[in-house]
Amino acid sequence: MAKTLFDKIWDAHVVREVAGGLTVFYIDRHLIHEVTSPQAFDELTARGLTLRRPGQIVATADHNVPTRHQDQPIQDPLSRSQVDKLTENCARFGVELYGLGHQYQGIVHVIGPELGITQPGLTMVCGDSHTSTHGAFGTIAFGIGTSQVTQVMASQCLLLDKPKRMRITLDGALRPGVTAKDLILYMISQLGTGGATGYFVEYAGSAIRGLSMEGRMTVCNMSIEMGARGGLIAPDATTFDYLAGRRFAPQGENWDRAVAYWQTLYSDEDAVFDAELQFDASAIQPMITYGTNPGMGIPLAANIPVLNGGSEATSFDKSLRYMGFQPGESLLGKEINYVFIGSCTNSRIEDLRTVAAYVRGKQKAAHVEAIIVPGSKQVEQQAIAEGLDKVLAEAGFELREPGCSACLAMNDDKIPAGAYCVSTSNRNFEGRQGPGARTLLASPLVAAITAVEGRLVDITQYLN
Amino acid sequence: MEKFQTLRSGVVPLPIENVDTDQIIPARFLKATTREGFGSNLFADWRYTADGQPKPDFVLNDARYQGHQILLAGKNFGCGSSREHAAWALYDAGFRVVVSSYFADIFRGNALNTGLLPLQASDEVLQGLFAVVAQDPQAALTVDLQAQTLTVPDWTEAIHFELDPYKKECLINGYDDIDFLISQEAAITAFEQQQSWVF
Repeated sequence: MAKTLFDKIWDAHVVREVAGGLTVFYIDRHLIHEVTSPQAFDELTARGLTLRRPGQIVATADHNVPTRHQDQPIQDPLSRSQVDKLTENCARFGVELYGLGHQYQGIVHVIGPELGITQPGLTMVCGDSHTSTHGAFGTIAFGIGTSQVTQVMASQCLLLDKPKRMRITLDGALRPGVTAKDLILYMISQLGTGGATGYFVEYAGSAIRGLSMEGRMTVCNMSIEMGARGGLIAPDATTFDYLAGRRFAPQGENWDRAVAYWQTLYSDEDAVFDAELQFDASAIQPMITYGTNPGMGIPLAANIPVLNGGSEATSFDKSLRYMGFQPGESLLGKEINYVFIGSCTNSRIEDLRTVAAYVRGKQKAAHVEAIIVPGSKQVEQQAIAEGLDKVLAEAGFELREPGCSACLAMNDDKIPAGAYCVSTSNRNFEGRQGPGARTLLASPLVAAITAVEGRLVDITQYLN
Repeated sequence: MEKFQTLRSGVVPLPIENVDTDQIIPARFLKATTREGFGSNLFADWRYTADGQPKPDFVLNDARYQGHQILLAGKNFGCGSSREHAAWALYDAGFRVVVSSYFADIFRGNALNTGLLPLQASDEVLQGLFAVVAQDPQAALTVDLQAQTLTVPDWTEAIHFELDPYKKECLINGYDDIDFLISQEAAITAFEQQQSWVF
């Protein structure tokens, strides 16, 4: 019977079906970090359990870590205690930890792929909703809560009901200045933040095929922002080229066997999806968000919509009040004080190259604070090796050390109340970047141009 | 996990859609390493001013709704982050049921694993419930988990709600998934021995 890509991987991981339609579902790789794991380790201990497969877990410290002076003890006592707890737990339970100071440390969803831990056909989980990122490799990857972290630790399995399958096809050539981030912001603006709730989404079509792995990760990363359990892209030559030679990717004969298997991972031609959507990628423009959820996105040069009543009106008004915007107005010309380039959405080497290429020989506007937080130590080292650090420094951008940083402001990297920040991260929720902070989500290119201009502009006028 | 069987309680109305987990419990409060104590920071940025004073216009600070254990919220409740701390915060603050017209997937699972019932009602029922509470802030609803019904004062028929039968048994008996998964040891080991996709 014809199967979707999702079905092929799902079916291969069913340990058994149990009464009521639930599945005992096997997890190949488990990523953990300091915020959502301590209670899980404690629960294991309280129940007298241990890790079933410690070798299938990889840990890093990312959410809480400072992005300056990582060689020194963490100043915030609560953050330090959480990171210390991770170190203790990993030592006690025998888990590989890429902690602060390690050459592989970084945002959990950046290091998995760059180390070749993420591979096609696997199942991966992490106590973090942006685990969907790994779906870019043709991997069933999704975020879980701490109780589920405990379950995977104890049994290497989860008890799940099978999500529905959706395919979104994006065909057409991208316009100048349009990037993977714009594609996903566009899709979320069309579906809304709950539009894919209950689904696993496969992204297909020529516009997706044409993306680099970094771009594909950006798209899959924000699947959760339309409510999807995860996103998936069928692996192809781009995927295999990216993985070849990575630290934990298969080597030698194993590589050939792996690729032969990975090449079977695609949706059969007559496979049936529970929902299918098509978009014309050539019509998509550079995007930005104006509100307080990622579904409130518009083309940068368009006006904020005007809503006529409905159950959404209260939330919409509350959102615009928070942002200090009016229905129907244009965002062009709005002064911006902060630009944040980073997060598991857009902190990879390609993102840093995009920013550096634009700002080379230019200066950020005097009133803008522009920080770039690389996704990992490896991204940071690569940027330095390519001389991007100097280009960025000369343009007035500050290149920090790796971590989640101002995406969720658990560390000191906060945007002040009332200030506007153009951010390459994934959520513009109220207070996400600090209490009262006003976040506008956009691509690294839009962020770079905004930093230089000091205000929102129609970027299509600024491209070579 | 505590058992959940029936609950009769007043309601706290929060007619906002897409309430995300960053509102339920902002990230800066996630630094604790235990499960307890998140309730005092539930909806922290909507509930308190920057200097920690209660905002009088937020519903959790409204004397009429104190002690109510059912949260009534707009559609797509719990979207965003996977932080189970959101469910812990609601539970710790005394909530046992959240009623909405739909829930984000991860939040729903986290709530069920915490002993907090995510009760999904139709949009029409949800709007009807908001109207009931607007008229009488003390209106008490009855949730009967065994019967899967929500009883509303002056409504002639109880509202039926759906719930996975396994999850229902777990809530009623206070069980969680770990015991069940561990009991599957033999099947999991057999499965691991025939894995062919790990290279």
